[in-house]
This record gives sequence, structure tokens and C-alpha cells, in this order.
Amino acid sequence: MTIKNAIEVSHLTKKFGQKLAVDDVSFNVRQGEVFGLLGPNGAGKTTTLRMLTTLLKADAGQVKIFGHDTVKEGRLARSLFGLTGQYAAVDEDISARQNLMIFARLNGLSRPDAKQRTTELLHEFSLENSADKALKDFSGGMRRRLDLAVSLITRPALIFLDEPTTGLDPRTRTQMWDTIRHLVQQGSTIVLTTQYLDEADQLADNLAIIDHGKLVKTGTPAELKQQIGGTRLNFTVDQSTQVGAAVKLVAAQVADAVQQTGQQLSVRLTQMAQAAPILTALNQAKITISQLAVQEPSLDDVFLNLTVGKN
Amino acid sequence: MDVQTHSGNLFMNTATMAYRNLLKTVHNPDRFMDVIIQPVMFMLMFGYLFGGAIAGGVQAYLPTIVPGILMQTMLSAASGSGAQIREDLDSGVFDRFKSLPMAHVAPLAGQLFADSLRLLMATVASLTTGYLMGWRPAVGFGWVVAIAGLAIVTGWALSWLFALLGLLAKSAGAVQSVSLMTMLVLSFMSNAFVPLKSLTKPLRFIAHLNPVTYVITAIRQILATGSWTHEALLVLAFDLLIVAIFAPLAVWAYDRN
Repeated sequence: MTIKNAIEVSHLTKKFGQKLAVDDVSFNVRQGEVFGLLGPNGAGKTTTLRMLTTLLKADAGQVKIFGHDTVKEGRLARSLFGLTGQYAAVDEDISARQNLMIFARLNGLSRPDAKQRTTELLHEFSLENSADKALKDFSGGMRRRLDLAVSLITRPALIFLDEPTTGLDPRTRTQMWDTIRHLVQQGSTIVLTTQYLDEADQLADNLAIIDHGKLVKTGTPAELKQQIGGTRLNFTVDQSTQVGAAVKLVAAQVADAVQQTGQQLSVRLTQMAQAAPILTALNQAKITISQLAVQEPSLDDVFLNLTVGKN
Repeated sequence: MDVQTHSGNLFMNTATMAYRNLLKTVHNPDRFMDVIIQPVMFMLMFGYLFGGAIAGGVQAYLPTIVPGILMQTMLSAASGSGAQIREDLDSGVFDRFKSLPMAHVAPLAGQLFADSLRLLMATVASLTTGYLMGWRPAVGFGWVVAIAGLAIVTGWALSWLFALLGLLAKSAGAVQSVSLMTMLVLSFMSNAFVPLKSLTKPLRFIAHLNPVTYVITAIRQILATGSWTHEALLVLAFDLLIVAIFAPLAVWAYDRN
């Protein structure tokens, strides 16, 4: 079975004056996956997303959405995705129901269809009770929910979410994550940008890390973690006199250098199985240890490793 | 599971966008307070202040000033559309409009059609104030409706020019100041408030170049003779030309944004 690509991006480039905002970026998004664009503020995530969604013209490169070129077949490409921007793109002056109705009509739904879809979405996003209130009285979470609801009017197979949880409280954020997972279950492909590593870790099947407009790394969260951090074994040697001997023993078992901070030792493991012989060797040498911990790498390590230092 | 859609057509999209803007206006009545207060204020101020000096009395001045204030208000109402479009563009809602598979002229045309309500209210406010001050056109009510229509069509055509300004400007504040200047120059450098004969030669030359002069002349002629004049047809042709030039330019600027 071949997996079709929902998006194919090749050599995408955008300059703002002299500054290269997006520099020769290429990646593919497979159908049915959650693809995360991760990067610090100002890295070029939103610029990339704006080009993918035809809001910004690229200086060079090509974007294909379900095989359709976004420049040559702009109108067709636009009909295939939904977009939820960084700032809630809804009308403040009018009610949630009116917002949904207007966008449904603009999406080409007939009046009865638009009415029905509006009712469905208000229900799905728990907005029924505030459907006819002006948006001015909405909380940030409600606004985001309405915003997402608007981009789902046509049940697009592809959904772009630009920092969907920025500025939301932890509880609303978890709700938003559930909503996104639910969409994936229904078969949607999702592209999201985020600056939150835990969000990318929680949701994304594949990640692209962008920094200074360049794509620095792509892969699954697990792959990226593996490449950068690997698992670390940390422990403390109880007797200060035995530290030297312990370092020697451990060094014999692993390829990397052993890090020593006082009586604390830390070593990188290429695989978990390496931990057992180290502990056995220490035991046989009658070196007692405490505060033993195996530390899994986090995306934070990946992120800091790839982006800091250049900034 | 697919939602039935038909590719949106230009007229339906424009109608929906006009509906949206009307809703916004209804929710914010302050949106048309300016176009009601301004003509009333100017009519009273100018009428009682300059009437004696320019025409020898308020009553004698009214046939001059009513069409003048009417067109000044049209310009002012039309210029409001530019600022409104700029504000909308900055709000993020337009990103969504742009990402929808609809005609790109629809958001602009929708806004301007909805704004013709502002033009209508401004017209009613101007003419009613004139009436209350004693303005009694000799021709029938039908001709008053006709000049109101001519003024509104001209105002609507000019709103495309201000829409373009709004799309090219960096901020709503910038649009407002440029629009205000344009409005002041166009309305005062014309025959809106003073007879052209009273102007110095260079000034008269400028006033003759100003299209607003021709609109006001056309309106005064209709009100004086009770018939369509060449001037009125010229104005309608001019309105058409403005829309033909500035509507495509505005769409171009919108796409470029």
C-alpha cells in the first residue's frame, strides 16, 4: 500500500527585505498524520504556514496540496483545507452562530445546509449555550473553539493549526488536544505549529524543527530524541574514595566519556541493555551506589541542542 | 461524510459579505453616528455662519450649500470604508476570507455595498437638515430622490478609491489621516461652498479639475431645471470609470497584502 502525501513542499523560500525568513525548506506530510512544525519565536514557522495556506506568495519553491499546486490551482487547493490562525479569525461584533453561518455560506453551503452544519458544530464544540451572545464576552478558550469550528465547516481532510494552544490555560489546552486527537481519529491530516515541546511530543507523528528559516531536522519525536539525547544513566557513588574506581569500571562498558560531578556520575547509553552490566560490575567491585536513575531524553534536549547556540 | 458545497459564485459571496458587514454595523450603531452628526453640524455651522456673507442670507445660500454639504458628506462616508477595510485586514478575519475558495473581490465589494447604508443615512441627514433650515427645492420630490441617488452612486464609486487607499496604507490611523486630507481638499477646492466666480484664477483652475465640482453642478442643475442634464450623465459615466479603474486596482492590492 502506498501512502499518499497530503502536502509536498519543495525548496520553499521567502525573503523579507534582506532577511531570509524561510530558506529552501522541503518536507512532505503524509495523509492521516499529525505533522508538527517546531521552532522558537521568529524561526519562520508562521511564514511557512502562511505560504502553505496561500496567504503569502513564496519567492521560490513549490507547495502541492493533495497533488494540486497552490499557485496554479489556488482556488482548488484552498477548497481542500481548513485554517485556524494564531489569532482567532472570527468577527468580534457578531455572535458565534452568525460567524458559523457566514463562513458556511462563504464556503458555498446552501442556506439549509449551512444552518444544519452550524447547529452540528455548535453542539460538537459545546458552544450551544453561548451561540447567540456577542463574541466580546467569550473567553479565550471559547474563541479558539469557535475558530476551530469555523475551519471545520467543510470537514476538510487537511487542517492547519497555527499555535493552537498559545495563551490557553492548561485545562483548555488539554481539551484542545483531545479535540485534535478526535479529528485525527476521523481521518484528518493535521499540520500544526507550536513552540511547546510537550505539545509536539503529545500530538505529532512527525516533526520538523525550524530555526532561522532553515529546516534543521525532521523525524518522529522518538527518532529525534534518540539522535540527540539517548538514554542517560545517573547515580551517586556513596564513598568518595571509590569514585575513581567507579569511573574506570563504567568507562570500560560504554563508548562515551563518563561525566563526573563530585560523587555523581552520568553516562550516555546507546541502549537500555547496557545498564545491567554496569550495575553488575559495580556490585562485584563492592562499590555501593544510590540515587540511581535512568533518564529518558526529552524533546527539550533535542530543541536546545539544535537551536540554542545559534541564537 | 462529505459536506455538499458548490463553488461559491461572485454574487452570492458578495451578498454574504455585505450581510456580514451590515450585521457588524447594526451591532455597532456608532459606525454611522459620524455620517449623521457631521452633515447636521456642517449644515448648521456653514449655513448660519457664511450664509449672510456669501449669499446675503441663509435662505439664499441653501440651494448652494445643500448640494455642497451632501457631496462633502458622501466623500466623508466613502472615506470611512477605507479605514474600515484596513481595520478588518489587521484583525485576522481576512486571512480566513483569503484562505476560502471565494472570489477575491467579494470581501471588498461586500464591504462597500454594506457601506451604501451609511451613504443613504448621510444623504437623508443632509437633506433633512436642509429642509428643516428652510430649503425648499422648486422641483418635485422625485427629483430630490434622483439627486440623492446620483450622490449615493458617486459616493459609492469614490469608496473604491478609498478602499484602495485603505489596502495600500500601513495602518488604519494612516488611512484616516490621508482620507481626511483627501476629503477636505476635494470638498473645499470646489464649488461646494462658494461660487466659482469668486475664486482667484489658479484656484478656479483647480476647482474646474476637481470632479466634485461637476457632481455638485449637476445636482444644482437638476434641482433648478427639473430635468436630466448632460452634466448628470457625465457624472454617471465618470462614476462608472472610477469603479472600472479602482475596483481592479483594489483587488490587486488586496491580493498583494
